[in-house]
Amino acid sequence: MKIERNYTLHINGKDHPVESDWLGENLLYVLREKLGIWGTKNACEQGECGSCSVFINGVMTCSCMELSASAVGTKITTVEGLAPHGELTDVQEEMLNAGAVQCGFCTPGLVVAVTDLLETNSTPSRLEVKEALAGNLCRCTGYGRIEDAVFRISEKRAREQ
Amino acid sequence: MTRSKKNGNKGIGNSLIRPDGKEKVMGSFEYSSDLYHEDMLWGATLRSPHPSAKIVNIDTSEAEIVDGVVAVLTSKDLPGKPTYGLIMADQPVLCSNFVRFQGDPVALVAAKDTETCRRALDKIKVKYKVLKPLTDPELSETAAPVHPSGNVVRKVPIRRGNPDASGDVVVEGVYEMGSQDQAFLGPESGLAVPANDGGIDLYVATQGLHQDHFQLPPCLNLPDEKVRVHLAGVGGAFGGREDWSVQGHACILALHTGRPVKMSYLRDESFQGHLHRHPAKMWFRHHARKSGELVKIEARILLDGGAYASTSGFVAANAARFACGPYRVPNLIVDATAVRTNNHPCGAMRGFGAVQACFAHESQMDKLAEALTMDPVKLRMANVLKTGDKLPTGQIVHVPAPVEECLAAACAFPMPAESADNQDNYGLPGGAGRTVDRSRIRRGVGYAVGYKNLAYAEGYDDDTCASCKLVDGKLEITSAAAEIGQGFVTVAKQIAYEVLGIEDIVLKQASTAIIGSAGSSAASRQTYMSGKAIKLACQNLADKLISICAETHGIAIDALSLVNGRIRSVNGTIDLELAMVTTDPIEAEAHYSHFQTKKMDEKTGQGDTDVSWIFAAHRVVVDVDIDLGLVRVVQITTGQDVGNALNPLSVVGQIEGGISQGLGLAVMEEVISEGGVVKNGSFTDYLIPTFADMPPVEITMIEQPEDGAPYGAKGVGETPSLSSTSAVVAAIRAATGLELPRAPIRAEDIALASRNSK
Amino acid sequence: MIVLIPHSLEEALSLLDQNPKADILAGGTDIMVEMNYCHRRPEIVLSLRHVAELKCWQRFGDTLRIGASVNYSEIIKSEIANLAPALTQAARTVGSPQIRNTGTIGGNIATASPAGDTLPVLVALNAVVHVKNIHREREIPISEFILGVKRNALEPGELITAFSIPIVRGTQEFLKIGKRNAMVIAVANLALNVDTKRKQVACAIGSVGPTIIRCVDAEKFVMSKINWDNLGLPDAQDYVAFGKLCSKAARPIDDHRSSAAYRSHAVSIMAQRALKRSIQDRIL
Repeated sequence: MKIERNYTLHINGKDHPVESDWLGENLLYVLREKLGIWGTKNACEQGECGSCSVFINGVMTCSCMELSASAVGTKITTVEGLAPHGELTDVQEEMLNAGAVQCGFCTPGLVVAVTDLLETNSTPSRLEVKEALAGNLCRCTGYGRIEDAVFRISEKRAREQ
Repeated sequence: MTRSKKNGNKGIGNSLIRPDGKEKVMGSFEYSSDLYHEDMLWGATLRSPHPSAKIVNIDTSEAEIVDGVVAVLTSKDLPGKPTYGLIMADQPVLCSNFVRFQGDPVALVAAKDTETCRRALDKIKVKYKVLKPLTDPELSETAAPVHPSGNVVRKVPIRRGNPDASGDVVVEGVYEMGSQDQAFLGPESGLAVPANDGGIDLYVATQGLHQDHFQLPPCLNLPDEKVRVHLAGVGGAFGGREDWSVQGHACILALHTGRPVKMSYLRDESFQGHLHRHPAKMWFRHHARKSGELVKIEARILLDGGAYASTSGFVAANAARFACGPYRVPNLIVDATAVRTNNHPCGAMRGFGAVQACFAHESQMDKLAEALTMDPVKLRMANVLKTGDKLPTGQIVHVPAPVEECLAAACAFPMPAESADNQDNYGLPGGAGRTVDRSRIRRGVGYAVGYKNLAYAEGYDDDTCASCKLVDGKLEITSAAAEIGQGFVTVAKQIAYEVLGIEDIVLKQASTAIIGSAGSSAASRQTYMSGKAIKLACQNLADKLISICAETHGIAIDALSLVNGRIRSVNGTIDLELAMVTTDPIEAEAHYSHFQTKKMDEKTGQGDTDVSWIFAAHRVVVDVDIDLGLVRVVQITTGQDVGNALNPLSVVGQIEGGISQGLGLAVMEEVISEGGVVKNGSFTDYLIPTFADMPPVEITMIEQPEDGAPYGAKGVGETPSLSSTSAVVAAIRAATGLELPRAPIRAEDIALASRNSK
Repeated sequence: MIVLIPHSLEEALSLLDQNPKADILAGGTDIMVEMNYCHRRPEIVLSLRHVAELKCWQRFGDTLRIGASVNYSEIIKSEIANLAPALTQAARTVGSPQIRNTGTIGGNIATASPAGDTLPVLVALNAVVHVKNIHREREIPISEFILGVKRNALEPGELITAFSIPIVRGTQEFLKIGKRNAMVIAVANLALNVDTKRKQVACAIGSVGPTIIRCVDAEKFVMSKINWDNLGLPDAQDYVAFGKLCSKAARPIDDHRSSAAYRSHAVSIMAQRALKRSIQDRIL
């Protein structure tokens, strides 16, 4: 396949056509500035902060590190695609309850990362939480309330089983 | 003063969930970088690569013809005043003759998208005559001026007591602190939209709408009322959004092109586009009695303000006023100076001069403790300030000053267990790099206390206003206070509920168009000032409603009171929900300023300069790999003077966040410059703490309410930044036995010194 | 700019043959940073996302052959973690979980940065890099593949398809020093194998020279002293001497991340510790 100008991305269950003069745009830029899907954030655009985390074919990745045009043929899920119809997932709910949100710029990326962590490891230890989330920077919270949120979710899910 | 907890959990003292939180976790909260407008152009800035140069010539011809470029502007295209600045208008909107730091803006571009902007910037040809930059602040006073205003921004002397006083013991030290970056995550960004009235609407992430605003009309050559600044979502600030970044540029491009213009910096431009914390060099000498009682402190502090003045003068004054620490010091000779160099400009960052001073005074206290063979905590306790004591400026501490309580609280937490982490040593120094040898780990404990002023000082006019309106049972609050993540929007609602008992509360989007200044979200002042203004406005609204109710029912106003959101008469015949008093919309406003503070005397520094103070103590435990110099911070405990925690969970968040920045400054954060050129202007090499770097934080909030503060609440924004860095460094010194006079500490500072000493 | 998206190795090689100047996009974690910050503006990008042949790995007896597009997370989560423990440890220190899910070993090799975390491991294992164009396949020992700072031996039209490493009986260690506990570029890193079957010791160091350095003198020294039956060293000072010899092999520089003096020192400490762990600190 050869892409020169137009292509289609599959995002949160829908197809989105993209037209571009410059295919060097990363997925983060296209999501936000071209498609108006603003939830994924742009703190560094060098893969060093995790604020742009999305799922591509179910695998968490930095959307700033993905060439948008090369994501053709994949299933992309952003923070907007995690909860149906404007409800909150338990991850989002507990981050709110735990006081883990201040300026909130890191929050969408963290929602994705915490979602990912708990899918693969439902009862992480504190050190496992730290290692799994070490790719998400936060400047406001000092991480304590976010870690607390992770344990709250993990305990809540365990109780509900 | 008692705190009232009402039914439900909406009033003060409750950890109310933030009203913008749901949007933030969903990703629908609009930050300044998420702004969008039909027909908008993108703006971008060309910046000087040289720290010092003369601009010989700028050729924009090739850039102008790039397809999709709408405008290329240089200083000759500026519509109004060519300079701006928070205190002194010394900073060029676009440089005309000289560039004075690496990053000084030289040209602007407006184009159809970011890629076109970048291509256009590449095509602007600037001919520079490179000059030798002044990069050593110790040479500033005698060097050729970096700026026509001269190289000394301000000298602040403080003299008290007997200059010849001496003690039994003298300790000295020379300390250095590197420049820290605020590293807020949300990019500098905004959208400027030309208005039909020939004016401009600017939507921007900022700490102070009116502070941004007052500088615009002169630069845009527009009358005040035609320039309107509206708050867009802020992704953190920590002092880095007090000065302009995109503000002037976006407006100028928008007015020039007649189209909305959006600007947003990438992370590398961010390092050049905002001001950092002042790096400092500090010479201290402490004199004390054998008992540990402080007799005299001599201190000289030099702050490198970089190319432009910004708030450097006030930072120097803070460094001077807080140089001695929260202790009783009868005799002192303190001089703080802020100078210019061709390094990156420096301005406000959380702690504002007190952080640097704290590093010096706490390092000195530990040296003194060692010289006296005294426990470092006991030494501090023997000297701590209390309410009623006199400060270096002669001002009496007239508010609660629980330094002793803060320190005792920090010390009271149990020490952490010896490290027992997962089997591959992830929790030890070196982390996943697996370098550790457990037999080479040394544990150390450090303590530090600090303080600074709350709200503005030195006669700087600090006032704020707020208004509220009750319509159909819904309360609308208007305030220009910038929500920067600290949770002002939450506390505002809690205060309003506490006064009026109304649940349905909306905060209007902050804007200069609808209300007067709330002052900057800085100096830990917003709850204290705007919180009070909102409280007063709500009380005024309540008074109006009571008045109406009294008139309607023909009874005396005195017979009515507001309880739990209801107006009740003494005899019980009237018991009305507030919202039921009248169907007409009712408005009230309040204007609040604290008592007038005084300037510092030019020679002696004496004067009642401050409104109040915030105090904190930290204790830190570290593990250090002494061969490799790698540090793991194991535990941080703290006692913090908060007055009254209006939203405890928010306060915890502020404290943990401030501590993480303090930890960063102790072990990893520094803007590294060589010859005025920043070497690490990216998140790859400017490192801030990750989850893996932060230890558990244990907090005791010392709640001694301050009279006159809203519900007794002091500010808490800067409190956790004051002495956290110093405590981490103290712990590393305890673990290694090394002097380590410079922060941030690098691995080689430990590893190579240890090697040489064994 | 155009983006080419082949769905097989054959197609990829054919496209690359027609467009030899195309920039290869594997994980993207190096090239995208350059593009985002305008240090590179390719005209043609060849994406390997859908080339399945590059994503598999196989064991052939005592050799592991790992496809160039296998990412760091897969190394960590798969059986490779047991078969190549040092490679796994190195993978664990790369970037963040997000980066590890995307970044590839092939990319780490092709970028040939002196700080590439898998590279000391591969050099110590005498890895072989499999390279292919539409005409032929080549096998290049890794020390001949990496030519200098960010320079490799790929010729136009060639792709790295895989790399092969031996499965070592004995111990493998990887150590890395960074300026914080996660998400760091190495200030210095080190890989050490003690192969008890082949009776060989290999030690390679990174971030302390323009390319990865084998500490040949240190290796010879240890191999002359080591008791292979009981697996120990005769003298406690032997560990220190080993460390010093590794340090002597390093050619570090001063930069904004660290100093040459610290890097040299760090190498000697890491080497000592790695050796102690490998032969369990036994003095005979």
